[in-house]
Amino acid sequence: MAMLTAFRTTTLPRFSSSIFASRLVSTLVVAEHEGGSIKGSSVSAVEAAKALGDGNSISVLLAGSGPSLQEAAAHAASCHPSISQVLVADSDKFTHSLAEPWAGLVHIVQQKGGYSHIIAAANSFGKNILPRAAALLDVSPITDVINIFGSSQFVRPIYAGNALCTVRYTGSSPCMLTIRSTSFPVPAVSANSRSNEAPISQVDLSTFGEDSVGKSRYVQHTSQDTERPDLGSARVVVTGGRGLKSAENFKMMEKLAEKLGAAVGATRAAVDAGFVPNDLQVGQTGKIVAPELYMAFGVSGAIQHIAGMRDSRVIVAVNKDSDAPIFQVADYGLVGDLFEVIPELLEKLPEKK
Amino acid sequence: MKILVTVKRVIDYAVKIRVKPDKSGVETQNVKMSMNPFCEIALEEALRIKEAGLASEVVAVSMGSAQCVDTLRTGLAMGADRGIHVEATGALYPLTVAKVLKALVEVEKPQLIIVGKQAIDDDCNQTGQMVAGLLGWPQGTFASKVLLDKDKQLATVEREVDGGLETLCLDLPAVITTDLRLNQPRYATLPNIMKAKSKVVKKYTPQELNVEIKSDLEVIDVTEPPKRKAGVIVSSVDVLIDKLKNEAHVI
Repeated sequence: MAMLTAFRTTTLPRFSSSIFASRLVSTLVVAEHEGGSIKGSSVSAVEAAKALGDGNSISVLLAGSGPSLQEAAAHAASCHPSISQVLVADSDKFTHSLAEPWAGLVHIVQQKGGYSHIIAAANSFGKNILPRAAALLDVSPITDVINIFGSSQFVRPIYAGNALCTVRYTGSSPCMLTIRSTSFPVPAVSANSRSNEAPISQVDLSTFGEDSVGKSRYVQHTSQDTERPDLGSARVVVTGGRGLKSAENFKMMEKLAEKLGAAVGATRAAVDAGFVPNDLQVGQTGKIVAPELYMAFGVSGAIQHIAGMRDSRVIVAVNKDSDAPIFQVADYGLVGDLFEVIPELLEKLPEKK
Repeated sequence: MKILVTVKRVIDYAVKIRVKPDKSGVETQNVKMSMNPFCEIALEEALRIKEAGLASEVVAVSMGSAQCVDTLRTGLAMGADRGIHVEATGALYPLTVAKVLKALVEVEKPQLIIVGKQAIDDDCNQTGQMVAGLLGWPQGTFASKVLLDKDKQLATVEREVDGGLETLCLDLPAVITTDLRLNQPRYATLPNIMKAKSKVVKKYTPQELNVEIKSDLEVIDVTEPPKRKAGVIVSSVDVLIDKLKNEAHVI
């Protein structure tokens, strides 16, 4: 068995890379835009695409309608030096990111472009659209990839991040992935690069199938307060759990977040108890974050919560219960009453520059 | 109107999993198995729709080894009318599951499919979207609220998306995937558990449904994630701030 294991882990990667090295890699990044610019998570998908192989030709697909789409396309063309083309689908069918028209769009763009890979970020947009498009193309997608080895081997977390699974894609093109944005940070240099401007072209929608389009209609969107940095990409995250006891007390977390320039997160218990809206939930079923500093207050550290923050660089836990599992992953733990600790922190933390 | 609900048998959510020493997977022998929590929510929603007089029958479907019948019995005890077990061995990936479901849709002709948004073992979050794509039905994923209009054959679905909630209106037939906040699943009572024993579970093989069990994915290995190095317990807020400033350099 030991020999078999050794064979599995060492021989196969080399074997697979030699098969695929000669093939051309071309990637379609299914991108999301907002307010006239491409989202950071989609730029991370471009960064991930770079790892698929040298000489990868990367096309970015944007869809929507109106002037904000054109602005976003211009932004996409210069947001990352590795992008070789921006494809734009301009139609009111794409005004809202409904899965039915989007999957159809990915389908026709793939038929024309014959990409070897299609990538999107593993957020609510990518997870909604990509599997549907994959079904239309009759391939198995791979969710939430955190590491890429060559063009066909990928690592993804399973069991709430308690195991890492390396999978090899053996099917036909395209290989479809959603990637975990926090695992593919975009270097500041490439984010600011304006040196190369990729050409922008319009997608020909004449062959666009209307099959399931129109069977779903957008009604409304209620967005949460967005004054603070985005939870998914914040440098500092402060999270409250059941220990906060009430929505009123959660205001302390907001004050602390303000002082640190942080985003506020919450555990499922805090969301279920109605302290905060559910889009602040960090964990297996909520958002996955990997900030520089993660501070957990009154969080016990359930498996499902740890899944969402275990890759943070520095973890701080404040909890009354010295046996709380959160202390097993915390770099710095403080056993104490958060109602005393938070005010003291507010008083003593240095002002944000 | 008939509702089809999928129920997956997974390692219980509270179990701390162990990776096998040979890296071939996760230890499932002698480990507590339960219905995937998101599937419980899917079934609960289907039962509530039926209890509101909007559906006539709730059919629970499970695929995999013979033990999946236990999971189906749990579903029947919660209130599903009957079960379907598609017996298959080996790894079943969402694409195959979606194809089997599509074949069952042709047999059962449901107007609504409700599935959990993800299974807590493979964490794929794909099956609902894929079956919707194969059927050409609209999809309402990550649902936290579902309202059915029987006369107009519409489902209004409130979805949990990044940054808030989104409401969609879907023409039936449709596929809905459930988020955690959709409802609080009921417990099966003892009389219902007894009653469930006499409910029908129909068996199919993938061959009977003309679905080939194959995969374009191959698991190379399964490993434990890197362990974080042990941290320290600090004695006061002052020490904490000092460490964050001068040792970790994060503030």
